[in-house]
Amino acid sequence: MTNSYYDPEDLKKFGAIGEFQKELGDKFFGWYSEVFKDSALSAREKSLIALAVSHAVQCPYCIDAYSSDAFEKGWSESQMMEAVHVAAAIRGGASLVHGVQMMNKVKEIAM
Amino acid sequence: MKSLKAQGNILADANYQVDVLEHGKYDACNLVPFQQKMETLGLYPLKPTGMEIFQVNVGKMCNQVCKHCHVDAGPDRKEIMTRETMQLCLDVISNNPALKTVDLTGGAPELNPNFRWFVEEIKKLNRHIINRCNLTIILANKKYYDLPEFFRQYHIEVISSLPFYTQDRTDRQRGEGVFNDSIKALQMLNDVGYGKCDTGLILNLVYNPAGAFLPPAQISLQKEYKEALMKQYGIEFNNLYTITNMPISRYLDYLLTSENYEKYMEKLVTAFNPAAAAGVMCRNTISVGWDGYLYDCDFNQMLDLKVNCHGSHLSQLRVDDLNSREIIIGQHCYGCTAGAGSSCGGATT
Repeated sequence: MTNSYYDPEDLKKFGAIGEFQKELGDKFFGWYSEVFKDSALSAREKSLIALAVSHAVQCPYCIDAYSSDAFEKGWSESQMMEAVHVAAAIRGGASLVHGVQMMNKVKEIAM
Repeated sequence: MKSLKAQGNILADANYQVDVLEHGKYDACNLVPFQQKMETLGLYPLKPTGMEIFQVNVGKMCNQVCKHCHVDAGPDRKEIMTRETMQLCLDVISNNPALKTVDLTGGAPELNPNFRWFVEEIKKLNRHIINRCNLTIILANKKYYDLPEFFRQYHIEVISSLPFYTQDRTDRQRGEGVFNDSIKALQMLNDVGYGKCDTGLILNLVYNPAGAFLPPAQISLQKEYKEALMKQYGIEFNNLYTITNMPISRYLDYLLTSENYEKYMEKLVTAFNPAAAAGVMCRNTISVGWDGYLYDCDFNQMLDLKVNCHGSHLSQLRVDDLNSREIIIGQHCYGCTAGAGSSCGGATT
């Protein structure tokens, strides 16, 4: 057992999750690799989306993996940072839009 | 920026480089030996499939000092092939019809004062010529402005590095101003018919990763290059070759100083592709150094690993000996077998 929750070396072991449940693991990785193939969106575009989502879900493994992948696929630093801002803006907006709910509730109960 | 040699950097010593590659910088290398990988595939000892490509390094002098250069080329390098050594090359080419292609590299090959003479003589022997042109040489001096026309006249295939279709990444790797000059040079090549449909004048570009990572898929990147270069600059070309950076010389220096060496080597080993291992370029290529010594490939040349057979110089070359030799391999060979494979002609699978 390690004494920290996240270990960069664990990312390399991701492919071994099938060790405890092979069938579902195989299905996940099969589906995953299909998702990232060139299709209606290019693999390059998908990589940038993945980078933004990695930040939205705040997964350190995903951030490491897709920072490398997006840069390797030719996205510039400024483009990658703009993608992160998109994720941050959606997260920020998602909190802030609940302010309407707060306003509704306050207006409902206030004199 | 000076070459490693001019800086007196220890990595200018080929033996030291081999030592780092085989044992790691602090004797801490735990990578699977390349030989072991080849043994499991039945590819050791690695044997030639027959010489077809005669690759000649006509000198290490270059007008650029690229950060990833495995030759450690630059304006301060004075090693230049003489006309006498070129004549030895011509004799070998003439006596060996199997050598269908002559691949000229450097440094900047055009800086060799006998470059044009050499091209004319090779053409008389009716061989296909590839010239690895760094593009900026065309604009470096008035006397090179006519190079596109010279290439056209001798129907030379031109292969040129353009690490990316944006200025930022290209200049980071190849030096400030290189991207803009490269674009102008490509337009000059297009103007004489290079890269255009139906002219037969082949212009291929080379992508090198600008950092410690592997190239993306060649086909999809080629599509992006074609779209971007046409849209922004009206440039056409034939094929894009993705080439993996080899952990040799200046790129090795970059990996070590940026502390990326172990991770990069691990990446290469993890991406080992058996199909690429069978198709490595050293099996059908022979590499000639500026001084006439023979090597299995341009990379072994820079590591000073001469061919393992009786005649290791042009003056002693015997094709039978070369075709039956054992190709020298080492940890750097993982660079040619990673992912889709890598060669002077791009991906190999």
